[in-house]
This record gives sequence, C-alpha cells and structure tokens, in this order.
Amino acid sequence: MIDVMYFAWVRERIGLPKETIETRAETVADLVEELKSREERYAMAFADVSALRVAVDQELSDFDAPLSGVREIAFFPPMTGG
Amino acid sequence: MTIRVQQDAFDLGAEVAGFATDRKDAGALVTFTGIVRDLTDTDLTVMEIEHYPGMTEKALGAIADQAAKRWSLADVLVIHRYGRMSPGDRIMMVATAAKHRKDAFEAAEFLMDYLKSRAPFWKKEITSDGSEWVNSKAEDEAALTRW
Repeated sequence: MIDVMYFAWVRERIGLPKETIETRAETVADLVEELKSREERYAMAFADVSALRVAVDQELSDFDAPLSGVREIAFFPPMTGG
Repeated sequence: MTIRVQQDAFDLGAEVAGFATDRKDAGALVTFTGIVRDLTDTDLTVMEIEHYPGMTEKALGAIADQAAKRWSLADVLVIHRYGRMSPGDRIMMVATAAKHRKDAFEAAEFLMDYLKSRAPFWKKEITSDGSEWVNSKAEDEAALTRW
C-alpha cells in the first residue's frame, strides 16, 4: 500500500488530494502509467510528465525512482514559493 | 534556526526585533519580505497558497541547513504563510544574522532563490474573472545555477 498525494492543478484535475493504492509498479514512471490507464482524469493530469515534479517520501525525486519500501508519493507542478 | 509555516499573519517588526538578539557577535542582520502583488489585468482579489504539510517544513529546514553550511551565520529565520491572502499582505520573510554583512546578504538571497522553486508551495491567483495557478518561471530555476 502506498499513499499517493496530488497538489495544485494536479489535485484539481484528478479530483482528490490523496488516495491509498495497492500497486505492483516498480518505479514512479510505472505507477504513472498505471494511473493513466485507470481513467481519463488521470490521463489528463499526467499527459505531460515534463510539466510535473515528484516527491518520494517527502523528498524531491525523479520519475525513474524505485518504489520499493516507499510509503508516500506526491505529484505536483513546479513549485512557486516565495 | 527557526522555520515556521503558518496560516496566520506575522508581525514583521516584532519578528525582526526579536531575531538573533542573543548573538552579540552578529553585526549584520538582513531581512527580505515577500508581499502579495497585483500584476493581473483584472483585479486580483485573493492569492491562495497551497503547501505540502510535512514536506514543506523539511524542505525549508534543508535549505536553511545548506545556507548555514555555506556561510558563517549566527541565526536564520524563515516564515512562510499558506492559505488565502490579499494584495499587500505579507506572504513570507527570511532573516539572516551574521558577523559580517556579506554573509548575511548572500545567505538571504540563496534562501530566497531556493525556497522559490524547491519548497512545496503553489500560488493561485483568484480574480473577478476566475482563478489561475501561477506558473513557475524559467528564470527562477536558472537562478539556482549561480550557487
């Protein structure tokens, strides 16, 4: 089980802030493919992953990062703090 | 070092007056304050800031740690708000105290450059016409290369 979180317009497109999913995906990219194949709203949110950032267990990471032992994944657009 | 992520407004004067007062070796204190501005064509009525509770505090702490390793600092303060704000409201502040001003100035700029694109905050502008997420700027990403 893995907690998947969405922020900003990714959250709005998918329509929820967080979900817990059962997955056999080995990497973040595999998980993205799995989510995209689920429903149109996921396909829309992940249409261009170059426009997205990912955090693995609350650390900025890459789409080729492995999911083994990971508890929390978050997808969001580039950050706009300050 | 103090990192605060909060919804409430902060008192800039009180924060600065109380900052690094126990460090008599610090001869320089630099502050930066970010304020909600209205650059939209229509009237900006609200700026909404979303963040990632848990990761936000960690990311800001890591950025402040990097600054403390790189410059000789007596103290660092970062306050960043989230939630709904109006034009003119203070969004965030950083303060750095150091023996000499060069360290204090450079560390404050470094903190600002990094927290703009490496701390998980997202701004949304809400106007009379609707709402729009603020896009990140290529120049903000490019600003990191100078460090």
